[in-house]
Amino acid sequence: MENSVKIVTEKLNLYYGNFQALKEVNLEVCSGKVTALIGPSGCGKSTFLRSLNRLNDLIDSVRVEGEVRIDGENIYDKSCDVVRLRKKVGMVFQKANPFPKSIYENVAYGPRIHGVRDKKVLDRIVEKSLREAALWEEVKDNLSRSALRLSGGQQQRLCIARVLAVEPEVVLMDEPTSALDPIATQKIEDLIRALKQKFTIVIVTHNMQQAARVSDITAFFLNGEIVEVGNTGLLFTQPVDQRTEDYITGKFG
Amino acid sequence: MLKRKTYRKWNSRIAEAICTVFSFIAVLALVIIVYYVFQRGFQVISWSFFTSLPAPVGQTGGGIGNAIVGSLVMVSLGTLCSVPIGMAAAIYLYENPYSRLALVTRFANKVLTGIPTLIIGLYIYILIVLRIGSYSALAGSISLAVVMLPIITLSAEEMLRLVPESWRDASLALGATRRQTIMRVVLPASAGGLTVGVMLAVATAAGQTAPVLLTALSSRFWLASLGQPSASLPVLIYTYAVSPFTDWQNQAWGAALSLIIFIFILNISAQVFIALRQRR
Amino acid sequence: MREKIVTKDPGEGIFPHVTAMAAILIILLSGSIFFVVLSGAMPALKKFKLSFIFSTIWDPVLDIYGAAPAIYGTAVSSFLALLIAAPLGVGTAIFLTELAPGWLRKPVSYMVELLAAVPSVVFGLWGLLVLAPWLRKGVGLFLDEKFGFIPLFRGPFLGVGMLTGTLVLTIMILPTVTAISREVMLTVPLDQREGMFALGATRWEVIRKVILPGSKVGIVGALLLGLGRAMGEAMAVTMVIGNTFIISPSLLSPAQTLSSLIVSEFPEAYGMQLSALMLLGLILFAITLAINIIALIMVNRSAARLKAGKELVPVQISMPYGEGALVLVKKKNLSKME
Repeated sequence: MENSVKIVTEKLNLYYGNFQALKEVNLEVCSGKVTALIGPSGCGKSTFLRSLNRLNDLIDSVRVEGEVRIDGENIYDKSCDVVRLRKKVGMVFQKANPFPKSIYENVAYGPRIHGVRDKKVLDRIVEKSLREAALWEEVKDNLSRSALRLSGGQQQRLCIARVLAVEPEVVLMDEPTSALDPIATQKIEDLIRALKQKFTIVIVTHNMQQAARVSDITAFFLNGEIVEVGNTGLLFTQPVDQRTEDYITGKFG
Repeated sequence: MLKRKTYRKWNSRIAEAICTVFSFIAVLALVIIVYYVFQRGFQVISWSFFTSLPAPVGQTGGGIGNAIVGSLVMVSLGTLCSVPIGMAAAIYLYENPYSRLALVTRFANKVLTGIPTLIIGLYIYILIVLRIGSYSALAGSISLAVVMLPIITLSAEEMLRLVPESWRDASLALGATRRQTIMRVVLPASAGGLTVGVMLAVATAAGQTAPVLLTALSSRFWLASLGQPSASLPVLIYTYAVSPFTDWQNQAWGAALSLIIFIFILNISAQVFIALRQRR
Repeated sequence: MREKIVTKDPGEGIFPHVTAMAAILIILLSGSIFFVVLSGAMPALKKFKLSFIFSTIWDPVLDIYGAAPAIYGTAVSSFLALLIAAPLGVGTAIFLTELAPGWLRKPVSYMVELLAAVPSVVFGLWGLLVLAPWLRKGVGLFLDEKFGFIPLFRGPFLGVGMLTGTLVLTIMILPTVTAISREVMLTVPLDQREGMFALGATRWEVIRKVILPGSKVGIVGALLLGLGRAMGEAMAVTMVIGNTFIISPSLLSPAQTLSSLIVSEFPEAYGMQLSALMLLGLILFAITLAINIIALIMVNRSAARLKAGKELVPVQISMPYGEGALVLVKKKNLSKME
């Protein structure tokens, strides 16, 4: 997969009522790479992530200015179909949130709402997605079990499988391991590295080691602004901005 | 000093005792009423009591079959009308919690719960009975629907709110529309709670007397069409109780027993369901 | 900000409209009730005007109608019922939140709530066939014989009448007052009680100085909701009040209320009489609406500190799902502390 520019944000401003949560954010995200967003809590990194699939639309008081172009198309354009956008840009949440349905139904949910009815096709998609999410071997005999009875790490991988089942091009991850133990975290990180071959991944994390381990590009957010973006290795070893250095050396946040 | 402490202690004891006696009285009221209904009612009920028509006036015997049928038909129809509307309104309130329409709707809904059901009877009487020119089971059903609607809307909105927002977000993030999210994730997840709300509304409707009396009146025959007046359990209890015949008064106890058992079953199973879910 | 949806899902386009229409229907419904009943009451309103409220004549033969005795009956029976139900209900609520051992709280509060589920007509049946005869032979006879010289207890007592109506109403509004007072008391922050206990206060002092002041507004709201229920109550009262159109100072005298007059005369009424009954309904509607709105505002204000978004709703509906269980668990610690 060649590394072309997949997502471009240009002068992205976002307001919750009178509060400005994002200020003139300009960022390019390349396909085939993992882009990590780091920064102290409340810095706007999750808000930024949620503006990439327009999940902020759910909040009434939110107002967005500027452009987010995915494959050259501005997703805030009037003609943009949110449903198609979200099919293309999947999202994994901070806390694993499988539906109170069976494992199978969780994964099949996406394809079903996008019109797949054929049982055989669904079976195939479910198996493929669960394999991609490295969960198949653990659950293949219990597909009809309730997803809520899986362990936390398994639930999060199920959520990843659920996203993969709609064949997205971009996968957004909002602190996907913050509620998991180290072993489960390890598994998810392995998974992220494996998935970047096929998907463009943007991950929000406040764990800097994690960003260093899984990402190629890192962007540092502070107070709704991007302070610095760069190659992960470089950003962590030779930050240009003083604030970045303060943050990664633990002086604040 | 010591004396003052004893005084305070005894003061507290006495006040506590009074509160305890008061709650004993409140429970006693329920126990006494239920006891009488069961004790007097059981002497009357039999299979034929449930299945036969009332005896002609002046004769003893007969049953409450037509009243049971009338009540079942009107309560069911009322439920059929009010559940979809109540659910739809609750979904609106859930989806647009702070819109102006939502705020007004919630207020209107509360006003509706507080209106005496007798007034709802007058309302449906003017709107429907006067138009059609006759008391009818249909008008009775609609008046019950109006009684149930606010109860269903109120509880359904509360139940929808209990569904974690993360499930809704997950569904929308997968590209589901709002409708798909509601129908396939939110409603199934709250199905149990929604059912409980409907059960309580049905229990309330089943005991309504005034609105049914004012819209469906009563009848001593089987319900043949929705356009005709209909018998119902509560109205039958009322007319029999105030009648001068001992036989009728006894039958009123039997009818009251049937009604109370139906309502208590609904209430208690709703309560058990909630208890089970809280434990889970 | 609303997302624009361009999609294949066929139901999506109309879905928001259907749900909004249901919401509008509820508004129309509650808004139209007043005007529809008003339209029915119009002929009587035009004929009798304001004198309807003050006139004590209800004569279907001459077609002259007034509402004073019915308004009097409604007011007296409801207020008296509230007067008895208030200490009983609040006392029970105190017992259920502060005094009862943990295992007893749930079953007892549930039984009180179940009392609210008993249909009004069953209360009427019991009131008429059990309570009334008992009162006539017992308390009523005693009052009449010993205190008959006081107008309040002047007989003869037939069993049915103001006293019986009041007592039945008391039992009927008891669950409303209890359940709502209880919920309101549960919202008083735990640390306040703990602080008082730590200072060596007795239980009653904690109740009197922390619990009751903290839930005062809510309890008044609960009492008003009870009052609203008592005034709107139709069947039970109709069955035990005696349905006599007089204003009598005696508790033992039969009487009439707005709703009992409507229920007892409605099936046979026509013309001006029917319109007059509608006008009675309109008066009842206006009174109960005013009481309920004030009550809801008070209960909600008191419940506002409970949790943003969770509102307190009257009686049965909200109770089973309330936060009660959670708070009760915490309060076990309280009894351990003592």
